Amino acid sequence: MLAIARQRMLGQSFKKILPAVSVLRSYSSAAKQVIFFTFFILAHNLMHTDMVGEYQGAYKITKGLLEKYGPERVLDTPITEAGFTGIGVGAAYYGLKPVVEFMTFNFSMQAIDHIINSAAKSNYMSAGQISVPIVFRGPNGAAAGVGAQHSQCYAVWYASCPGLKVLSPYNSEDARGLLKAAIRDPDPVVFLENELLYGESFPVSDEVLDSSFCLPIGKAKIEREGKDATITAFSKMAAEMLEKDGICAEVINLRSIRPLDRATINASVRKTNRLITVEEGFPQHGVGAEICASVVEESFSYLDAPVERIAGADVPMPYAANLERMAVPQVEDIVRAAKRACYRSVPLAATA
Amino acid sequence: MATAFSPSKFAAQPFPLNTTSQNNPLTIPTTASAFLGSTRKPILLSSSSNLNLRRGSLTVVKALSKGIPARAILSELLGKATGCCRGQGGSMHIFSREHNMLGGFAFIGEGIPIGTGAAFTSKYKREVLKEADCDHVTLAFFGDGACNNGQFYECLNMAALWKLPIVFVVENNLWAIGMSHLRATSVPPIYKKGPAFGMPGVHVDGMDVLKVREVAKEAIGRARRGEGPTLVECETYRFRGHSLADPDKLRDPAEKAHYAARDPITALKKYLIDNSLASEADLKAI
Repeated sequence: MLAIARQRMLGQSFKKILPAVSVLRSYSSAAKQVIFFTFFILAHNLMHTDMVGEYQGAYKITKGLLEKYGPERVLDTPITEAGFTGIGVGAAYYGLKPVVEFMTFNFSMQAIDHIINSAAKSNYMSAGQISVPIVFRGPNGAAAGVGAQHSQCYAVWYASCPGLKVLSPYNSEDARGLLKAAIRDPDPVVFLENELLYGESFPVSDEVLDSSFCLPIGKAKIEREGKDATITAFSKMAAEMLEKDGICAEVINLRSIRPLDRATINASVRKTNRLITVEEGFPQHGVGAEICASVVEESFSYLDAPVERIAGADVPMPYAANLERMAVPQVEDIVRAAKRACYRSVPLAATA
Repeated sequence: MATAFSPSKFAAQPFPLNTTSQNNPLTIPTTASAFLGSTRKPILLSSSSNLNLRRGSLTVVKALSKGIPARAILSELLGKATGCCRGQGGSMHIFSREHNMLGGFAFIGEGIPIGTGAAFTSKYKREVLKEADCDHVTLAFFGDGACNNGQFYECLNMAALWKLPIVFVVENNLWAIGMSHLRATSVPPIYKKGPAFGMPGVHVDGMDVLKVREVAKEAIGRARRGEGPTLVECETYRFRGHSLADPDKLRDPAEKAHYAARDPITALKKYLIDNSLASEADLKAI
């Protein structure tokens, strides 16, 4: 089911996302290219993480970088997240621009003290004297059959912290533009990729392939215009959204979780009057909760229906494939939520 | 050649040593509970001597020794906008870009990887970016409590692995707030952990200013020559509680009295006057 959905999505995206299609670029090679390019431009960049050099990264994102830039710039470290993340932050304090890769963001929990306390808060605590131009990147969220400890989404963990920027690309254009913006940014950026999207190809325009292509941080993208309902999503969930039919929904690819593009979301809700938020992570205190609060605060009188929140199941990710499928939002869930929001089916409360 | 690191220079004496305590009248307590503010590790970088210091406890004292004006520090402690961090950092987070002080940190062991990162940058600048004059050495200061923390060992490993120009300085005052070092550590002598990671471990009487200076010079010289890190354990003592929130009831009064007799500042003053290096009047002027 998932595979079929993805195939159709790819086909649809081919036709609908970008007007000028020239080259198919895979998500992972787009990310890599950015790092290449940025290394080319900024002499002080360096990248380090465990196994990134000789192993070429857990998902081969850093393939080729070691040969091109050498072991001084693409650094293999022991598997000590707290240690090497702190070293990265210390290097950033003192003038370099490190890119720290976590094999998955689950392992960032071992280094979270450095991401939050040493990196995010330092600019404020030092009254602007210390700047930390560091990027933490890696796959985030559910993969396929990796179990509870390797499948959590950390978007909200980091998005709640002032001082951090949190980005999550959906397609190759996002990957390329946002990673470049993240590396150029003088503040710490958490760059949440998606493991299942690494192997996907997306059409990109010539503009995207240009070496200076960069996307602004804090701007969402309206992937598809619509009029009946607004659906917000990020990363892999954006892919699923394009599958929806029957209701002409406006799909917003958030791109930036922090800062959240409240203006775009609210403008869209004011147009469509209904909102469905979609995310893969746990429901409580999720991205959808924040978007809902923002819309209630700013566009309450425009809402014609309660906001629908679609999120992952409130349970540690099960291992069995069928259970895992049930724990992650599927297209049918989103379709059902959209129908509820459009009053085409019975609201949840009535069925309880 | 007998160097500061020669075995004869430090004897494996049982704890506690007959050393003077470390009196720090400027230990301004945190307003938070005693749970916070255990080991604070700011980095002090000295622009004059190309020395980066990363300090564990007593951010304020290290900040002073790095040349940050006392007025700016006191203003910071009082939360005033004229403080070195505009009142935003506080006692535990003193930063000064100008004086190369890379900050204090509240989490135990937090500053050790940061200091290691700064040392990494020095080496990177010298070797990869070819800035030949970059011979900055980083000093990371922390307490005995941090020495049981995972990050400490991770950094000993990576610093030795990459031969980073850093000196890890342990201010062992035998107490991590209310936890006795002897009750918390399976192998109490901390300097012995250096050789396990491939770096020299040196023990020094932390109450004797001149002995510490000698060891520091040697360790910094080693780092500058590219020979890698050193672990220096300074045995010292704390006169009062860790902070105002620390009732300090666990320490034996006899132990405290024993150390109170050996104050490093008065000892140095006595040494200076006895050896006619300075007069009372000179010292009063300071």
